[in-house]
Amino acid sequence: MDQTPAATNPIAAQLTRRGRWGIGEILFWLIASAALFLLPERLLFLNEIAILGLFAVSLDLILGYAGIISLGHGAFFGLGAYTAGLLTKHAVTDPLLGLLVAAVAAALLGLVTSFLVLRGADLTKLMVTLGITLVLYEIANQAAWLTGGADGLQGITVGPLLGVFEFDLFGQTAYAYSLAVTFVLFVIARRLVVSPFGISLRSIRENPLRARAIGIPVNRRLVAIYTLAAAYAGVAGALLAQTTQFVSLDVLSFARSADVLLVLVIGGIGYLYGGLIGAVVFKLLQDALADMTPQYWQFWIGLILVVIVMAGPERLTERAASLWTGSLARLLGRLRQPKAMPARET
Amino acid sequence: MQPALETKGLVKRFGALPATDNVSFRLEQGARHALIGPNGAGKTTFINLLTGVLTPSAGQIFLEGADITRLAPELRVQRGLARTFQINQLFPAMTPLETLGLAVSERMRAGNDWWRVMGSNSAVIDEIVTLARRFGLMDVLGERTSNLPYGKQRLLEIALAFACRPRVLLLDEPAAGVPEAERHELLAIVAALPREVSVLLIEHDMDLVFSFASRISVLVNGALLTEGGVQEVASDARVRAVYLGESLDA
Repeated sequence: MDQTPAATNPIAAQLTRRGRWGIGEILFWLIASAALFLLPERLLFLNEIAILGLFAVSLDLILGYAGIISLGHGAFFGLGAYTAGLLTKHAVTDPLLGLLVAAVAAALLGLVTSFLVLRGADLTKLMVTLGITLVLYEIANQAAWLTGGADGLQGITVGPLLGVFEFDLFGQTAYAYSLAVTFVLFVIARRLVVSPFGISLRSIRENPLRARAIGIPVNRRLVAIYTLAAAYAGVAGALLAQTTQFVSLDVLSFARSADVLLVLVIGGIGYLYGGLIGAVVFKLLQDALADMTPQYWQFWIGLILVVIVMAGPERLTERAASLWTGSLARLLGRLRQPKAMPARET
Repeated sequence: MQPALETKGLVKRFGALPATDNVSFRLEQGARHALIGPNGAGKTTFINLLTGVLTPSAGQIFLEGADITRLAPELRVQRGLARTFQINQLFPAMTPLETLGLAVSERMRAGNDWWRVMGSNSAVIDEIVTLARRFGLMDVLGERTSNLPYGKQRLLEIALAFACRPRVLLLDEPAAGVPEAERHELLAIVAALPREVSVLLIEHDMDLVFSFASRISVLVNGALLTEGGVQEVASDARVRAVYLGESLDA
């Protein structure tokens, strides 16, 4: 997209290549959009996938890129859901404004808690993120006058999207809306991870000592990405509240935070599509297993998780990724350009 | 002339033990200065104090006249104090291209740029190419760092510090562990570092010290034992005693 003079240089091309969209990616989003018309009776299900996908992308930003492990990413999802729900119920029904307010609320929580989370080692991070989510859960539970407590927040009536599209029972508007929002935020994340800022996050994950030694303000970068990821998760939560017109306590449950981690493990960490693919696979698995063995689907999910982790998620996803970027992209690249670009100078 | 780097009465205690004991040290502009000393003499602690990884118990550090004693490590780098590590500290899964691009972007204060793809800035690209040429990394720019031969990793280690455009460069045993065959290239590149960069070399290898440095400081038990020209230090009886005749005759 950026056709600066530098892009003509083969070395620049090596760096900017990853910024370009591959055919596989374009196909992915075309299929996701086509589903709106091809699977009219599964739109509510697809809506859930889109939301979970966005939530997983958000976690991938901090876990896969910055190396911040979290067992409580649901805190931001839940806060976003309640913010959007309460705002719609009591004040403004416009969905986009609701998203914005939810994003800001979640970002603020992310900013404030980042200073606690980023202090410690991995175990500390796990416990602090988990703890914050438990605290929020209990607050939402106790403040029943505001949140509806265990009964959930009811009576949310979201206004039409852009003042035109009413949210229908079949989830057509819902899925189109969630998919569009997920897509826009994904595009931003995708640019971010190949920018100097994004590369600096990777360097921090790989070697914070050296990152600091080349002048990178490590803590400030981590605070920034943690805050942004919180905003993303807040938007995902808000989407769920708006499209289901209901917020239940389990937006803040431990299972919510654990599931999203599972989604990333299934899809692969550190390449953004992992979150989206993981969300598709996770939801399909959940759906299929719940159909077959309604009482025991979690047993199977658990077993599959163990197998994935034992087989090495990195190896699995690397293989998938090399299949994806390697053969497919190389083939297509060869069709487009006569010769692959070597690392040599001109 | 104002020294490039100066410490005054620098002390670092770990408990009661002084790892750095009242060190007052001057690195002159454009110097080729070596810091030697037996194992456990406190060389690494001294470097960590200079770069801000450790905070001194007492004393001050000046970079080109400015007090940097309490400055955060990354701000010292931005002011022109860069270091290499005795044991490679690289980004194993990144390519040298990305690694250098990262350092150059940071130096140009573009590290907060989250929207433009790295590589879209031609000034960054030009500088990566210049660096890669100087450090003999042109052929391996696109490879995973962890797959590079050790000698190349060692060069990248120095190139990465040099990419910060330091006024003062601290080289911590740059040739450590480099096999004989790859050693020559590395030493030639170190010798060809531009004169306007003041270099402090921390080294065990006396051949390298004698060929590179024009001044030598000797650190023993955290304190400066002596300092002087190469011949002066090499013939110093106390230094010889510390090293027990170890390769100083070379």
